[in-house]
Amino acid sequence: MSGDPETVNQLVDHLFRREVGRIASRLTRVFGAHRLDVVEDAVQYALLQALQHWPYQGVPGNPHAWLVRVASNRALDVVRAERKLLSFDADEEQELTRDIEALPVWSVQDKHKFAGEVDDEQLALMFVCCHPALPAPASVALTLKVVCGFGVTEIARAFLTSDATIAQRLVRAKRLIRERRIGFEVPGPAALPQRLDPVLEVLYLFFSEGYAPTAGDRLIKEDLCAEAIRLTRLLAGNPATSRPECHALLALMLFQAARFASRTDAAGDLLLLEEQDRSRWDRSMISLGLLHLERAAAGDRLTPYHLQAEIAAIHVATSHPDTTPWNRILELYDLLRELQPTAVVQLNRAIVLGKVEGSAAGLAALEAIEPDSRLERYPFLPAAQGEFLRRLGRIDEAAERLGHALDLARTEPERRFIGRKLADLRAVLPGTGAEPPEAPVRRSFPPN
Amino acid sequence: MSSFMLLLHQSPSKFRDLSPEEIQQIIARYKAWREELVRQNKMRGGEKLTNDGGRRLRIQSGQVSVTDGPYSEAAEVLGGYFAIEAADYDEAVAIARTCPHLTDGQWIEVRQIDALR
Repeated sequence: MSGDPETVNQLVDHLFRREVGRIASRLTRVFGAHRLDVVEDAVQYALLQALQHWPYQGVPGNPHAWLVRVASNRALDVVRAERKLLSFDADEEQELTRDIEALPVWSVQDKHKFAGEVDDEQLALMFVCCHPALPAPASVALTLKVVCGFGVTEIARAFLTSDATIAQRLVRAKRLIRERRIGFEVPGPAALPQRLDPVLEVLYLFFSEGYAPTAGDRLIKEDLCAEAIRLTRLLAGNPATSRPECHALLALMLFQAARFASRTDAAGDLLLLEEQDRSRWDRSMISLGLLHLERAAAGDRLTPYHLQAEIAAIHVATSHPDTTPWNRILELYDLLRELQPTAVVQLNRAIVLGKVEGSAAGLAALEAIEPDSRLERYPFLPAAQGEFLRRLGRIDEAAERLGHALDLARTEPERRFIGRKLADLRAVLPGTGAEPPEAPVRRSFPPN
Repeated sequence: MSSFMLLLHQSPSKFRDLSPEEIQQIIARYKAWREELVRQNKMRGGEKLTNDGGRRLRIQSGQVSVTDGPYSEAAEVLGGYFAIEAADYDEAVAIARTCPHLTDGQWIEVRQIDALR
């Protein structure tokens, strides 16, 4: 995926975004990770020069070579100016110039020859951006900016935060990289497992943000998912980094992305897993996911990605919701809860428990979840409680819980979704009595 | 057919915060516009001018005086030009009207090249 062809004179989709990652990694190799600032500025400078010149001259035959040349000249100028302010270091300047001249600037014809090299450079840059010394939000912002070529405003829009917040995270990340003297390299086998974990975490973080049906620019959010998959494929496909957990994470992403189009109906309303049109699931993504799930089984380390991927695999392999093997899913959630005892995992496990052992057991499991600041504002906890209460015939309590969930709903689709449940409930409220307890299960929470 | 100059005025700081995706989209619009004119054999060329104010030469007290043109990040400069072919001003203006340069804060001056026959 990373070595996509740039046909001469064509501006392929996201060419500029792709080029940011490529040029930034080429330049970081030469200028060093401690000068990521200079590199970032030089890349943006080159893009702006393209903006100002290409309208008049047309797009050059080799856009990549053009951008690399302009960006590296700019970076060299900046470093030269810095050197003049401090003590002039002619040796370093000569060395940099030599390195820049040695940068192979390939043309479209020989892209295959260099594809491996570009991939290695991109991976090295990812390991810089996702170093364990950086806080995760800073790593996410930096990876999206430098490796994936998103603009500050785009990142802010995807994460529902301000441009200033994202800018601060970027500054902080770059300062830490300088202070900790983080090197530009793909870690060797000994350091890899420890260095890989934060990289996978960052990729999963922004994949999840892209996938979550919360507010934020929809197109950008889809691009977040595509980028996360692209980079995870890069990790999984490279012999130096291809550990089983990469394949597990990739499988998980592919299974979820396969359902992207079916998660909402024509009106944009959220659909539950049970309500989705399974014929719209992307079969080729699912097959690819199964392939990677198989390769994930190679190691002896069971990660949360393995378990989540397997749960997702069971769902996509089930042709009708009524035949879902909930017992097996519950076993996997039990294991997942041991590895990752977060509130959201416990919430999902409780819902599955309700399917296996009945609503009373599910409700008890929900109530046993320890309060967590994140879960307090999470509408799907009271919504799940409301659903179990409804099935137990405790309609008034169910209405109270769903009302609370509605107050917490963060987006219009969530509000409509919970509002729909509440309306269903009110329809059975007057007189006639509730549905019998343990009515056939039609819906579960949260929507997938 | 007559020849016309499209003089593109802009302010250099306008694009500073664009994302790579936005930059690509703008270039793609220019590319489409330019290629259509090439296809119709109406595009004669164009050049980008540097984003400074240039130099101005005048005679003062019998001497040539050279001054820097007014320049600041916020000031407008003549950013570049296209040379096109068109039947008359109406057609030249119609072509300029579709130029992607024409966005907030930017403007185009259309001038006919005076070819004596």
